[in-house]
Amino acid sequence: MRFLHLVWRNLARKKARTVFTLLSVLVAFLLFAYLGAIRQAFTMGIELAGQDRLVLRHKVSLIQMLPISYLERIAAVPGVKDVSHFTWFGGIYQDPKNFFAQMPCDPERMLRMYPEFLLPDEQKKAWLSERTGAIAGRYLVDRYGWKIGDRIPIQGTIWRPKTGGDTWEFNLVGVYDGKEKGTDTTNFFFRYDYFDEMRRFGQGLVGWYLVRISDPDRAAEIAAALDATFANSEYETKTEPEKAFIQSFANQVGNVGAIISAVVAGVFFMILLVAGNTMAQSVRERVCELAVLKTLGYSNGLVLALVLVESLLLAGVGGGLGLALGWQLARLGDPTGGLLPIFFVPLPWLGAGVVLAVVLGVLAGVVPASQAMRLRIVDALRRA
Amino acid sequence: MGPVSQAIAVTAVSLRSIGQRWGAALVTVIGVAGVVTVFLAVLSIGEGFRATLASTGAPDRVLVLRSGADDEMSSILDRESVRVIQDAPGVLRDDRGPAVSAELFVIVDVPKRSTGTDANVPLRGVPPEAFRVRSNVRIVEGRNFVPGSNEVVVGRGAADQFAGLEIGSILERGKHEWRIVGVFDAGGTVADSEIWCDRAVLAPAYRRGDTVQSVFVKLASPGAYEAFKDSLTTNPRLNVKVVRESDYYAEKSRVLTQIVRYLGYPIALLMGIGAIFGALNTMYSAVASRTREIATFRALGFRGGAVVASVVAEAALLGLAGGLAGGALTWLAFDGYRTSTLNWQTFSMVAFSFRVTPGLLAQGTVYAVLIGLVGGIFPAVRAARLPVASALREL
Repeated sequence: MRFLHLVWRNLARKKARTVFTLLSVLVAFLLFAYLGAIRQAFTMGIELAGQDRLVLRHKVSLIQMLPISYLERIAAVPGVKDVSHFTWFGGIYQDPKNFFAQMPCDPERMLRMYPEFLLPDEQKKAWLSERTGAIAGRYLVDRYGWKIGDRIPIQGTIWRPKTGGDTWEFNLVGVYDGKEKGTDTTNFFFRYDYFDEMRRFGQGLVGWYLVRISDPDRAAEIAAALDATFANSEYETKTEPEKAFIQSFANQVGNVGAIISAVVAGVFFMILLVAGNTMAQSVRERVCELAVLKTLGYSNGLVLALVLVESLLLAGVGGGLGLALGWQLARLGDPTGGLLPIFFVPLPWLGAGVVLAVVLGVLAGVVPASQAMRLRIVDALRRA
Repeated sequence: MGPVSQAIAVTAVSLRSIGQRWGAALVTVIGVAGVVTVFLAVLSIGEGFRATLASTGAPDRVLVLRSGADDEMSSILDRESVRVIQDAPGVLRDDRGPAVSAELFVIVDVPKRSTGTDANVPLRGVPPEAFRVRSNVRIVEGRNFVPGSNEVVVGRGAADQFAGLEIGSILERGKHEWRIVGVFDAGGTVADSEIWCDRAVLAPAYRRGDTVQSVFVKLASPGAYEAFKDSLTTNPRLNVKVVRESDYYAEKSRVLTQIVRYLGYPIALLMGIGAIFGALNTMYSAVASRTREIATFRALGFRGGAVVASVVAEAALLGLAGGLAGGALTWLAFDGYRTSTLNWQTFSMVAFSFRVTPGLLAQGTVYAVLIGLVGGIFPAVRAARLPVASALREL
């Protein structure tokens, strides 16, 4: 404790340099935290994909549809616990800029398939009793200021209602929350029975199936059995784990996210190098003083510890503040105004940031200090 | 000596002494270079993507879709509509008939070369007129497909980015086999990412009957657009929307370009702030190590303004050097780098190249100099305020 004053005086010796070094470390770690959120946004929540969920779709492409009659046949395949179907609606809410997914589905099956979507019981009952009812995720509701009971008009681009025109009207009967932080609450679900009755064409066709299996370890085997069931039919299928399905989407977006991440990571390390160099520089300038301390009887270890505490303090305070600020900045929402809705800094990423800050502090202090330790006192003193 | 020549003289001396302080100067240059590299690399993605989609639109080409459809995928037009479009005023006509290409647009899964996972590649069914309407499309390898056969030609970008699209290979999709017989070049436009086949063969394969999805029209002149559009949109038998091809593709590049910009600018701003702190450190220590020199100038009668100018000029020059280095690095590493991404707005892949344009380079350089200027101004003021007498005594 009595040496803390010494550390403090050393830091306060060149206030401007200490402040600027602190600030550049801060900016570096702010960037690091932000990069975590960007990566998270581009991987599209892949780590939250259900281990026991398979996606079954048309073999040629996701845009081709499958008959609803597959539902019972899928459920009959051994190893399948539950099945639910979805269809891409692709409509527009007010303006094409307001992009979000709308999907007709079977409400009970959908809620069973996605236990991570939390919908209050009375809202679920309301949905089941109202054919034009729809539910929306918390993110959407907040974004557009909707409330339960609102009429939500959606203009169909692919699907148009039999009643004429392009516009479908839904009654918002529920809002679902995510069980976990990264859960996707940007979807709009409405009832398939209403949709199928109202659409002008395509009756009895759905977009894709989500299948819950009893044993994730048998995923490949069950997927193969499912595809074999529909082989040589009019509609052949391709089944894969939900994770692989999301991964192939992330791969399609591909390089864009990866390059942004790589480049930002490169710069992060560069800023660290510059800041570390400045910190090391300030130790090197004091080699002579360190020799004086040793002359006064300070042990090698104590001198090293003094230097280390100083650089750890800089890296720790700068890094900690930077991570906190970056986390806070990401909480303000994604910078693109709704294009990357899942935008937050994952906790393990923050943990990695803390480790990096400690590594920075140790390296920036130990390297020059141990060099100084190896110098003979006489040589070091003569340098002045 | 006037103030300007004073400033030049002091700047010249301080620049000559950079050699003795090259370590710190280099740190600043590298810091700024890094900022500019990131700034340019990220924005060149957006620029390249936008350029690919923008170059697709020719002023005399128009796209007709079903009214209410947002893209080709969600559009459908019947045979009668196509006939009305062919007869509309303003359409280019010659001895081969109206330059109107009614097309089908579907998507097939083709593995991406870099990852091996499926990607949504557009498969376009075209009539012979497609090559007349898009005069920039020409076969560069192999030959064109024979009408009525299961042959296809692939765009250059598609052949480059996706696996199994070599001439001679067979693309088996569902119950259909497509034989690849040629590669076409569409001049860096969106069509370069597509696979083309005969519409008459694609229609039964996808049970489309005699409907089509989109109609591309070449106008007699760009000025004929209004007349053409009005005749179709006021026709009560039709339910269509008419867009200029350039407007259609500009809209389809909006989301990705926005993502890149909205991520790129804040990141560059943050990093710029980081680099400013680095520059401040460098310039403060530069001023500190030259205390006596600066005091000597002041004692000789050089004004404070000249000293300020010299420090700021040095910092700006370091920034400029970093900006140029970062610009050159990005240009060498990324310009023309070919990649592909999923365009969410059309749900299909687009192959494109990164473009480090002169405009971007200029933006990067200006930003670099600004970082230097801001990093130099405070140390410069301190230098000018040094008390001459005590500074001379230092060391």
